[in-house]
Amino acid sequence: MLEETLKRIQAHKGVVGTIVVNAEGIPIRTTLDNSTTVQYAGLLHQLTMKARSTVRDIDPQNDLTFLRIRSKKHEIMVAPDKEYLLIVIQNPCE
Amino acid sequence: EQTDQVSCKHERPSRKNIPEPRNSGQPEDEDASTEMGEGLDEWAAAKTLIKPPDQLELTEAELKEEFTRILTANNPHAPQNIVRYSFKERTYKPISYVDQMAIHFSLNGNMILKDSDEGRCQNARLSTEADSKIISEEAAGEEEAEETGTAEAAEAAEAEELPPPRPKERKLANQFNFIERASKTLNNPLRDRACQSEPTPCKNFSATANQWEIYDAYVEELQKMEKSKEKEKPRAHIAKKEEKRRGRKSTSLESQSDDITKVSKAAKIMERMVNQNTFDDIAQDFKYFEDASDEYRDQQGTLLPLWKFQYDKTKRLAVTAISWNPKYKDLFAVGYGSYDFMKQSQGMLLLYTMKNPSFPEYIFSSESGIMCLDIHNDHPHLVAVGFYDGNVAIYNLKKPSSQPSHKSSAKSGKHMDPVWQVSVLFLSSNLLLFMWNLLCLQNELVHTDVIKLSVEGTTMQGPEGLQLQTFGCGTSFDFHKKIDYLFLVGTEEGKIYKCSKCYSSQFLDVFEAHHMAVDAVSWNPYHMKVFISCSSDWTVKIWDHTIKTPMFIYDLNSAVGDVAWSPYSSTVFAAVTTDGKAHVFDLSVNKYEAICTQVVVAKKKNKITHIQFNPVYPVVIIGDDRGHVTCLKLSPNLRRMPKEKKGQEVKKGPEVEIAKLDKLLNLVREPAGQAGR
Repeated sequence: MLEETLKRIQAHKGVVGTIVVNAEGIPIRTTLDNSTTVQYAGLLHQLTMKARSTVRDIDPQNDLTFLRIRSKKHEIMVAPDKEYLLIVIQNPCE
Repeated sequence: EQTDQVSCKHERPSRKNIPEPRNSGQPEDEDASTEMGEGLDEWAAAKTLIKPPDQLELTEAELKEEFTRILTANNPHAPQNIVRYSFKERTYKPISYVDQMAIHFSLNGNMILKDSDEGRCQNARLSTEADSKIISEEAAGEEEAEETGTAEAAEAAEAEELPPPRPKERKLANQFNFIERASKTLNNPLRDRACQSEPTPCKNFSATANQWEIYDAYVEELQKMEKSKEKEKPRAHIAKKEEKRRGRKSTSLESQSDDITKVSKAAKIMERMVNQNTFDDIAQDFKYFEDASDEYRDQQGTLLPLWKFQYDKTKRLAVTAISWNPKYKDLFAVGYGSYDFMKQSQGMLLLYTMKNPSFPEYIFSSESGIMCLDIHNDHPHLVAVGFYDGNVAIYNLKKPSSQPSHKSSAKSGKHMDPVWQVSVLFLSSNLLLFMWNLLCLQNELVHTDVIKLSVEGTTMQGPEGLQLQTFGCGTSFDFHKKIDYLFLVGTEEGKIYKCSKCYSSQFLDVFEAHHMAVDAVSWNPYHMKVFISCSSDWTVKIWDHTIKTPMFIYDLNSAVGDVAWSPYSSTVFAAVTTDGKAHVFDLSVNKYEAICTQVVVAKKKNKITHIQFNPVYPVVIIGDDRGHVTCLKLSPNLRRMPKEKKGQEVKKGPEVEIAKLDKLLNLVREPAGQAGR
């Protein structure tokens, strides 16, 4: 089921890559090349943790559910789960 | 004067007692001799008058003559006119006091008293320096002489001993001649000794204490406390706890291994977001676009196509049923089957959400084509489905299996012909689900099938003896919104029966409605008496169930597949025809024509089969016989509300709606009534 969902996401137009990162920030599964994956995983893991901590600092009952970063070239979307991060890089203009 | 005298004494001590005026003129020596001669005879005797040779010889008279001379202590040389500047008075002032003392000679003596300490010291020093060794030997000799009669050895010892005190004396005297004497001893050699002990165990611990981490800790603690309370109450649960622990352990073990299935929720969200990005313009249209050209179009409105929902496996299937989920307003269920009864194939139940138009949220496939479906009002996860083969089934969206959770079997209550419509009712008192099936059986009866579902999910099936004779084939039915027992049945022959659950063998009324099969009947959501029907004979009719003739008749020039009342207005309904058009009517705006007629399918071949209004958003979904589902947005003209009523009576919406429709119906009723008379 999950595999299919991930496949669909990857097959969706404009999607550049999909990365699954575990709690330590180590990429588990990726569709990108190694170095890019490691870079994305490390940086986004930090950013997400920071964002989550920001949200929760403001209201501890709140929690981060989604993070999207719109850049000139891409849109980076991060869906944090309890232990994993799902990162998708999409080119929305395509 | 006293001071003068004192100073006199000091200056001329020899003339101490002289200052008597009488003696002053006489030679000094005489006076002195007289005075001193009184005190010391020897002095007087020794002293003889010695006269200087050039002494004046004076006569007696001259001698007796007195000369007075006054001695003063004034210094003749002292200045008398000293002036000094007085700052106080700012003038020079003469100074009255002048120091009269004159010193002629002064000499400091350097004599020392012999008996004083200083004198003795000096003596000693002089003697040691001058006599040196000789004196010391003499001294030794003297000592020997003094100490006769003592042992020679002792003498010798003493002689030897004696010298030390002298140097001591010398030393004392010579206080500047210090001798420092230092000596160096051996330093103890340094020695290194080391030994290694067991290192104390140290542990690095670092943590941040955010507000939310504190909060989490508290929540955890509270949960623990609650658990412990629960544990205290029933003690017999220990075994269960252990099981739980095991369960936890196993879960923790699972979490250690990279089990990505946990991301499935995140993946779902992600898919929606990816879709949102791609269909951003559509989403914006859905939410914000209001067709501005409606203002110039008078009454006409348009339908703006939004998303299209299609799925590979349903390409060849027709949409046979559509239903919005009553709870999740973006979710709808679509049933797939075939209306071509010669070519029946498999069926499909898909649940789409508007948030993800590219892929259905839930997929259930079945062997037989689906003919109808309905979603439970209070349990929106339950979907009831009627199949072409006569079975009915309930799908539970909460269960991941692709099979129905309950299905009527061939033994119990299976029908021989397609299930045309299914409706789910809920009886709150005994938590039973009633599923009503309508079907046509050999041209004679409508069979109402009941599946009882208890909360645990055990099913009891059994045909209930509610049989209505002399029916044609039922194709559609609708329960009354308020009156429980009342329902309408549309048949293949074009008749509509008003039935009641209370009278199983009879019906209350018959409407000679259409010339062809009734495709849909539907009660008005506001007005209790009004219902609408549509048929393949190209017409849509609006009825008052108390009157046997239709209120309004509309001819749409093509077979009408479905008709639906809008949820927001009592006078708005939409119908779809097989030529690919959707028709939207607002009776309050135009009683005679549709305010919107629009082709809404991509290809002309596609026949639209069903239409449904979203209960909240101004959108409709339309299904066609190629498996496509299209979402369309109603332009502002199609959902225009009467303005004056809007401002005044917002809360009385339903009543206003009823009045609105009543007003329209009265226009029709009166002439009809007159005609009847």
